[in-house]
Amino acid sequence: MTRKVRVVIAKLGLDIHWRGVYLVSQFLKDAGMEVVYLGNQFPEQIVEAALEEDADIVGLSSLSGNHMTLGPKVVRMLGEKGLDHVKVYMGGVMAPDDAAALETEHGIHKVFLPDTPMAKIVEHMYASVGIPRPQPQA
Amino acid sequence: MHDLPALIQKSLQGDKRSTARLISLIERADPAAPFILEQIYPHTGNAYTIGITGPPGAGKSTLVDRLVQAFCGQQYSVGVIAVDPASPFTGGALLGDRVRMKHDRGDRDCFFRSMSAGKAMGGLAGATQDAARVLEASGRQIILIETVGVGQSELDVAKATDTVLVVLTPESGDSVQMMKAGLLEIADVYAINKSDRPGADSLSRALQVMLDRKTMAGGTPCWRPPICLTSASLGQGLPELYGCIWNHHDHLRKTSALEERRKSRLQAELQQKIEAELARVVREKILGEIEAAGWLEELWARKIDPLTAARRIVAAGFAETTGSK
Repeated sequence: MTRKVRVVIAKLGLDIHWRGVYLVSQFLKDAGMEVVYLGNQFPEQIVEAALEEDADIVGLSSLSGNHMTLGPKVVRMLGEKGLDHVKVYMGGVMAPDDAAALETEHGIHKVFLPDTPMAKIVEHMYASVGIPRPQPQA
Repeated sequence: MHDLPALIQKSLQGDKRSTARLISLIERADPAAPFILEQIYPHTGNAYTIGITGPPGAGKSTLVDRLVQAFCGQQYSVGVIAVDPASPFTGGALLGDRVRMKHDRGDRDCFFRSMSAGKAMGGLAGATQDAARVLEASGRQIILIETVGVGQSELDVAKATDTVLVVLTPESGDSVQMMKAGLLEIADVYAINKSDRPGADSLSRALQVMLDRKTMAGGTPCWRPPICLTSASLGQGLPELYGCIWNHHDHLRKTSALEERRKSRLQAELQQKIEAELARVVREKILGEIEAAGWLEELWARKIDPLTAARRIVAAGFAETTGSK
């Protein structure tokens, strides 16, 4: 089997908003990725999943204001497990200043705010893992 | 990655990250995969493997979670491989078995791996069995293999595990469904999950009748699959199910059945690998040059049928190869 991008994706902490994370998960699947969907999880379990699933990417959905605390914690804990190669993406609702700070100061690889075209997310992820996007077959 | 022997060594000592990476390499059919399998194979063959299969939404993953809890509670080291289907169009997959796992896994000695079935159609992925071997070599004593949600004839799990648990629900069908061949025949243990819903008893009776007939046809069987009524989410019937699984294990151990099963599984795997290897060699060394495009027009115009065309292509390929030597 060819190399697939493996993404572990979770709703961060107790965030109950599900529509965005469902949509993104399915678009990534349709783009040829293997998406391990975790539902609601805290950083400890997310990092454990990234470890066991040999993830390339961790995707975190946050719309409830926990992004500045739990997001950086995931990055930190990945580092402690020697998983620095795993790229952490975040998506959801947050102040643009926070998004910028997450990227520049807290090691989040990329934050996608509302209205981001799905193709942009897909392309960004394939580019960051460094494998070509597969062409759909009939 | 740079140091494969070190990676294997660390995995054999139980390091999770190395184990996860080895499984990926095997799954991707990396050039390193044969070397990995060669190195870990001597460390395998003793783990007790349990297959969990059944239709989509029957509660397989939730039952797996409860079984993991029970095994870990008895100080076993557990490995789980959960397979979900892949898109035939993009190859992508949404692997959603992990979402059923209990949030607090801190006290569990468990390695859980989600796997895409890829193009395989038998309920497991092509690399599932070898991935299970990696888990065993890394020290896992119990291996649970959960199939994709299956219909009636995805039976690969029976070729990969010691005990097969078939999970049904009260809605799984009437007595005619219980008479059909396939999935229902490979069970060593049945769980009728969601048994708090109406219909569990009548399904159980229909299954019993089916098993009675088997007894009549084949004399007294040495193992009659027990039927457990469970509700994984409500926590009902789980100790009984756990007990039934161990009973089957003990039964396999007491008789020579375990060794026979494992030997015949190896035999089947060897056969399958020989065929795959033959196909690969033939494709690469003999048929490499064949232009298949010309034949399609002939097929489309009904000038030749696919079987005859295939035979001619292969015969011509062989003639060319042997002639050139």
